[in-house]
Amino acid sequence: MASEPIAGEKLKLEFRLGLTPARRSLRWAKERLIEAGLFLAAASSVLVTLGIVGALGYESSTFFAHVSIIEFLTGTQWTPLSADARFGILPLVSGTLVTTTVALAVAIPVGTVCAVWLSEYASHRTRELVKPALELLTAVPTVVFGYFALLFVTPLLQRVIPNLPGFNMLSAGLVIGVMVIPYVTSLSEEAMRSVPLALREGAYALGATRIQVAWRVVFPAALSGISASYILTVSRALGETMIVAIAAGMQARLTLNPTEPAATITAYIVQVSLGDLVHGSIGYQSIFAAGLVLLLMTLGLNILGFLIQRRYREAY
Amino acid sequence: MLVAAHPRRRRWLDAAFLILGAALIVLSLGTLAALLLDLLRDGLSRLSLEFLTSFPSRKPDQAGVKSAIVGTCAVMFVTAVTALPLGMASGIYLEEYARKNWRTAIIEINIANLAGVPSIIWGLMALGLLVYALGLKRSILTAGLTLGLLVLPIVIVATREAIRAIPQGIREGAYALGASKWQTVRHHVLPYSMSGILTGAIIAMSRAIGETAPLITIGALTYIAFLPPSPVTSSPPFVSLSWLDSPFTVLPIQMFNWVSRPDPRFQANAAAAGVVLMFITLSMNALAILLRYRSRRAIRW
Repeated sequence: MASEPIAGEKLKLEFRLGLTPARRSLRWAKERLIEAGLFLAAASSVLVTLGIVGALGYESSTFFAHVSIIEFLTGTQWTPLSADARFGILPLVSGTLVTTTVALAVAIPVGTVCAVWLSEYASHRTRELVKPALELLTAVPTVVFGYFALLFVTPLLQRVIPNLPGFNMLSAGLVIGVMVIPYVTSLSEEAMRSVPLALREGAYALGATRIQVAWRVVFPAALSGISASYILTVSRALGETMIVAIAAGMQARLTLNPTEPAATITAYIVQVSLGDLVHGSIGYQSIFAAGLVLLLMTLGLNILGFLIQRRYREAY
Repeated sequence: MLVAAHPRRRRWLDAAFLILGAALIVLSLGTLAALLLDLLRDGLSRLSLEFLTSFPSRKPDQAGVKSAIVGTCAVMFVTAVTALPLGMASGIYLEEYARKNWRTAIIEINIANLAGVPSIIWGLMALGLLVYALGLKRSILTAGLTLGLLVLPIVIVATREAIRAIPQGIREGAYALGASKWQTVRHHVLPYSMSGILTGAIIAMSRAIGETAPLITIGALTYIAFLPPSPVTSSPPFVSLSWLDSPFTVLPIQMFNWVSRPDPRFQANAAAAGVVLMFITLSMNALAILLRYRSRRAIRW
């Protein structure tokens, strides 16, 4: 008789907790184990970063044991593979800056106008159709863009500029520019569409036209998001490799003239990788030093973009 | 001053901008069309079953992309096995488990920064770390791991966005029925966000298929006229992983090899390889767009 209420109590307890104590602690352990596993997966991305910084830092440090940083940053000749080796990074930096500038001269005006148009002028249906189509531009493999620059755009340009060399930074820069248009457009359009409708309505109530609302109300209000999209675009253009390696030539030359051939930082890394690389040679180490410069440039831009977004964010 | 302008002039400006915007969009999409047509014009004559089933050759008319296609499949398998579980687990942790503290902040900033690292830098990391420090050589394993880590941020971001779209009520319903956190994630959050995660996974893989620079950096541009050893063997245990150590080539590398030769007959081969490559990446992207469109229509919370 006495055992029945106890069994009943136990049953009630079990019902209240859902599980027996043994199963409860098993379940607790399992939950903790899964959480720990998921945390390790997320934390592994930090290891990847350490791997990148470590690999570039280590090989560069051996490079800078042979080459002075002053010569590296101010030298105007880059010939690490020849007998009379010179290690001035400036020609590679100038090549990178010229192709990036040409690319931005295309992508920023075109991308911004497209973004304003999509956000303020296009119907919902047009936008849903055009945006994914534009984003296909980022889906094209860059080696295909390189082919296009070398064998389609350059011959086309040679009709306008007769003595344009077969390899030139202009054609590579133009093609990079088209490739990165969707980065400007997508992010800027999203920033502009998140501007509240009331701002537009207020301007319309004051008698503004659509173009005035777009450029004088919506555009400034979305400026933090738009500048972030520009910065992402710059960093993409700086790091672009295959298009310049195929179409801009592989000779390091200190020039600011886009109609000349010249190597970028990325093209130099490709050029060295194509040859038979002796592990530990100065040529091998030089691509890590060049890569480190590129990484620092893009990292600086990322931080700048982050700061701009935080500093100038309009809160609605 | 636009405000002061005459009403008629303002309307004219408005119409002009409408046309300018449309023209620039047509121009951008027109460039994409020109690129496709140019590839097809140059490459279609070389494109045949023979091209797909021949090894690369010194003779341009006999060269094909057999080893490149097999290499692309093998490398993509390793990439998927690396990036998808790791990326999904990271996304689940950051959305469902992570508390707002400095540890989470570091991981989030880190992932945002990784997404902005140029692809050639990944190649340098792979060369210094995987090829030499870990001694993995210039193998399918090295290439797959490199590309897997490169697209990891894409998978993480897609997973997080898909999970974030699920209403809190779904989770609360599961908890109310006594489900644990993992049970809620496993039986509710993950299945409902699967189409979004899958879309991101397809985009990530299509990006990896077209990547060339990081693989050139690890030294993959070599003449490969053989296939990696088969993963299935005739003697027990019937599965072999020796293919992971094999040298390889992939489609974009094969295309780069051909495009950088002056002989126009090799450039026709490059165009044909480009057509194959574009066919693969564009169909993957079309599939992703279709998936996104359908899941947006099918689910109403």
